[in-house]
Amino acid sequence: MAQHQVNYTSSAGLPIALTSVDKLVNWGRSNSLWPLTYGLACCAIEMMASGASRYDFDRMGTIFRASPRQADVMILAGTLSKKHAEFARRLYDQMTEPKWVISMGSCANTGGMFNTYATVQGVDRIIPVDIYLPGCAPRPETLQYALMMLQKKIRRESANMNKNQKQDLTTQTSKKRARLI
Amino acid sequence: MRKYVPKDNVQKKAYYTDRYHVVPKVPQSEVVEGTHFAKVLEALENLVLSSSVQLGQMVLHINPKDNFEVIKILKEQCGYTQCSEQSAVDYLAKENEFELFWQLLNINEAKRVRVVCRLAKGEAIESIVPLFNSANFAEREMFDMFGIKVNNHPFLKRIIMPDDWEGHPLLKTYPLFGDEAASWYEVDKIFGKEYRDIIGPENRDPAKIDMKDTKRFSRIGYEVPFGTEYNADKEVPIEYSETLLVNYNKKASKQLDERK
Repeated sequence: MAQHQVNYTSSAGLPIALTSVDKLVNWGRSNSLWPLTYGLACCAIEMMASGASRYDFDRMGTIFRASPRQADVMILAGTLSKKHAEFARRLYDQMTEPKWVISMGSCANTGGMFNTYATVQGVDRIIPVDIYLPGCAPRPETLQYALMMLQKKIRRESANMNKNQKQDLTTQTSKKRARLI
Repeated sequence: MRKYVPKDNVQKKAYYTDRYHVVPKVPQSEVVEGTHFAKVLEALENLVLSSSVQLGQMVLHINPKDNFEVIKILKEQCGYTQCSEQSAVDYLAKENEFELFWQLLNINEAKRVRVVCRLAKGEAIESIVPLFNSANFAEREMFDMFGIKVNNHPFLKRIIMPDDWEGHPLLKTYPLFGDEAASWYEVDKIFGKEYRDIIGPENRDPAKIDMKDTKRFSRIGYEVPFGTEYNADKEVPIEYSETLLVNYNKKASKQLDERK
């Protein structure tokens, strides 16, 4: 954002900043990321610690919301079981655009040590993920860093994006997918 | 990764075949005359097939059709007022039957009794929910995990796995990674079967890294935007996290200009 020196005593004292709409919108979006209060397993404990006073997510404009309708970010913190997968997807669908997903911890990333019949082997099978956060469980600093990376990513994006078209696994053709793998 | 082999005869062949390995066995002893357990045996009369004492607990083998009667006598006449555990063990490959057990506790005497019976495959057992409410969930779990039907249960429904799950996971023949239906469960449920080939099979190899998969991996120094094609020619300068942060130490450290 182009900042200009402002003399508050002259020209009615109005501060002037010249910028593009993209940057202004992304500035607003990236500095008030509201994640959904949604814990799946032990990673949620670290997520709660990040939100609490010691690590203090609020200072970054990140406030946990209890409703998916008010949330921008979904932090999938923990093991996603196959029984719960449809509900996680439903919560994701209920979030309003634009929305982002952080996959927190080994279990959410790949299924982790739960290489069994009952665990989803990576949440990206059902939900498009923006940031993968390694660790078992990741420390609150790691989650803060992930959030800062997400802010950085949002600031790079176009404000007028059609995110689902760009990212949703389900809209890709199988041919395209085969090329990727 | 080790290749998965079907384990249908997992019980018939010993998994551990060290010839010097001695399988540990719980010491068994007879029920001593005049003890509390002897009185319990007396109350049960001819319902017990065999009995022994293991680690201070009495183990009673019974016929599966007598289970309600035996546990009723234990509760009402012998003071076993708690059913702390109830489940089954799969011996289908070896003997084509399940072993069912009920662990009962007498608080006043500080004694435990385990009632054990053998149930052939496909047979049902009588519910003991009228005697012990704690058996309600235990019997539902047994039905969920082994597929053993329980007669006269108030609400016999899967308790852990989803209702539309196929198979019973605690059977020894059930593969650890799940069968065909299990591996596609969440895809079928959320997107429908036609999305199977789009989403692809599960990756069960934890060490698998695909350099060209730019959705999951990013080669350091050669990063490309998410989902675009991997490009080995285009080098991207590495950006470290310091560039994100404000450098408060830009100024040179304090130095004395002159000595006072």
